[in-house]
Amino acid sequence: MNAFTESSGRVTLWRTLLRSPSVMIGAAILLCVLFIGLAAPFLHTMSPDKINPSVRNKLPGYESTLRDDEGNKIQFVHLMGTDSLGRDIYSRVVFGARVSLLIGATVAVMSAFIGLILGLLAGYFRWLDAIVMRVMDGLMAIPAILLALSMVALLNAGLSTVILAIVITEIPRVVRLVRSVVLSVREEPYVEAAISVGTPTPVLLVRHILPNTIAPLIVQTTYIAAHAILVEAVLSFLGVGISPETPTWGNIMAEGRAMFVMLPHNIFFPGLFLAVTVLAVNLFGDGLRDLLDPRMRKRL
Amino acid sequence: MFRYISKRVFATVPVMAIVVVLVFLMLRLSAADPAAIIAGDNATTEEIQDIRVKLGLDQPVLVQFGVWLTKVSTGNLGESFFFKKQVSELILDRLEPTLSLALCTIILSVMIAVPLGVLAAYYTGTWIDRLVMGLAVLGFSIPVFVVGYLLMYVFSIELSWLPVQGYQRLSEGFWGWLQKLLLPCFALSAVYCALIARITRTSVQEVLGEDYIRTAHAKGLTNKIVLMRHALRNAAVPIVTVIGIGIALLIGGVVVTESVFSIPGLGRLTVDAVLARDFPTVQALVLLFSLTSVMVNLLIDLSYTLFDPRIRY
Repeated sequence: MNAFTESSGRVTLWRTLLRSPSVMIGAAILLCVLFIGLAAPFLHTMSPDKINPSVRNKLPGYESTLRDDEGNKIQFVHLMGTDSLGRDIYSRVVFGARVSLLIGATVAVMSAFIGLILGLLAGYFRWLDAIVMRVMDGLMAIPAILLALSMVALLNAGLSTVILAIVITEIPRVVRLVRSVVLSVREEPYVEAAISVGTPTPVLLVRHILPNTIAPLIVQTTYIAAHAILVEAVLSFLGVGISPETPTWGNIMAEGRAMFVMLPHNIFFPGLFLAVTVLAVNLFGDGLRDLLDPRMRKRL
Repeated sequence: MFRYISKRVFATVPVMAIVVVLVFLMLRLSAADPAAIIAGDNATTEEIQDIRVKLGLDQPVLVQFGVWLTKVSTGNLGESFFFKKQVSELILDRLEPTLSLALCTIILSVMIAVPLGVLAAYYTGTWIDRLVMGLAVLGFSIPVFVVGYLLMYVFSIELSWLPVQGYQRLSEGFWGWLQKLLLPCFALSAVYCALIARITRTSVQEVLGEDYIRTAHAKGLTNKIVLMRHALRNAAVPIVTVIGIGIALLIGGVVVTESVFSIPGLGRLTVDAVLARDFPTVQALVLLFSLTSVMVNLLIDLSYTLFDPRIRY
């Protein structure tokens, strides 16, 4: 943190973040989506699982009346219409934000953590490098969606399987990134100096080498989150992801496929939310990349 | 050059070997028993055991791997549980739509994205640059099936210019083939365009900073000639590389696009096989797609020696 004290360094970082429009726009949209996800139990108008055969396949804005337990009539407006089981699309979309954010965050954290450890070890220990990198090359050769698709099919579908499948496809990218940083850092004079004064290897790895990987890793993690959200939606859309009753954006779209010509809103509303969320994560990542690591701009 | 080629070819051998082992292991890790799936719901334990013996599933894993590898290397990919056909036959049958879709998408993306990338690089920092890069971020963010349905809604349903779904073989007429292929190709090319436009912009930007570009300007060449003859040609290597890197992305996109547009290709076959838990077919398709992506990248690396004489190994 050379000339700055720690606290003023932090202030500078915050100021820089505030000045980047893409970070700000991305963060603002993400906070909105996060709010929608967290406040879903208050925002929804109807239980997202409630099947109502009398209001199947209605257009957005359709009004229906229901009787509650005491026999009172309650008016409902289906803001985004209903699906072929009469479920309220708006309520399902609102709850769908939860699954997407959960998947994005969990996959990003898990693959960054596992990839960081593997990358540090592979970059530092030559004998391990050959083995780890060959396996990673092999994994990367299998197209991500295909790998996730077949893994979900083979292990029974469900939230944890979907997360596991996407994590496995993302790990190689993190390992490659971390390893490349370690390889360039380990030849630096200060690492040599640390070795010569007898720093134990674990301390050397954690205190002297690991900090160099953090900035590019954070950027990579945001891209992984964006990709994970997309892959989950694709898996659900193809009908192999999280069980169809669970309201996820991919599931709502999968449900709307058959009636697309008549009722395109079943695909467009969740699709819009999905695209805007992924766009926000990507914008956030692009902004961070330009701020944290200007060299990466060229690496794409 | 021969040394480089042989070195590069040998380097792909371990990758391919790992892919083969991973694809084989994927099936073994499965929670489901293939024999039970073939036998159906009403089968007795003895019937399932009979099928296990017939498929060789009672053998040690290493022996199974040996048997499978020998079969695969002779082109025998096994019989599909679900379609009750040889997998190799199934694949040959579904190859044409997928190849058409993939090749047309690559051509379309290069035609759209390279000029856009060059424009963005030439006008760096202006609104043109920002517009192109904004579109690129959008291309990365909108899922291919949303783009697909959007295009279908506008051009097939609202305007009725193009057919909604389906595929027509090339042998049944070029126009019908092209008409049905147009929307899927545009949908699939969104991501690919974003990727290529970004890399074209950065590589052309880099080249535009070189001395020989200034020299070319100084001797009075027009902007167009400098851009086309000097800049773009030297920016070609990274552009071609990214087409190779994008192959994996393209294959993933093919799987989704074929499902959206009901195209009876290999991607659709993969989804159907996954849903039916038809393991031999899934295994064969994952292997085929992965080896294709490795081979394409190998060929692209090798092609550098042809079109960039500066690269000597």
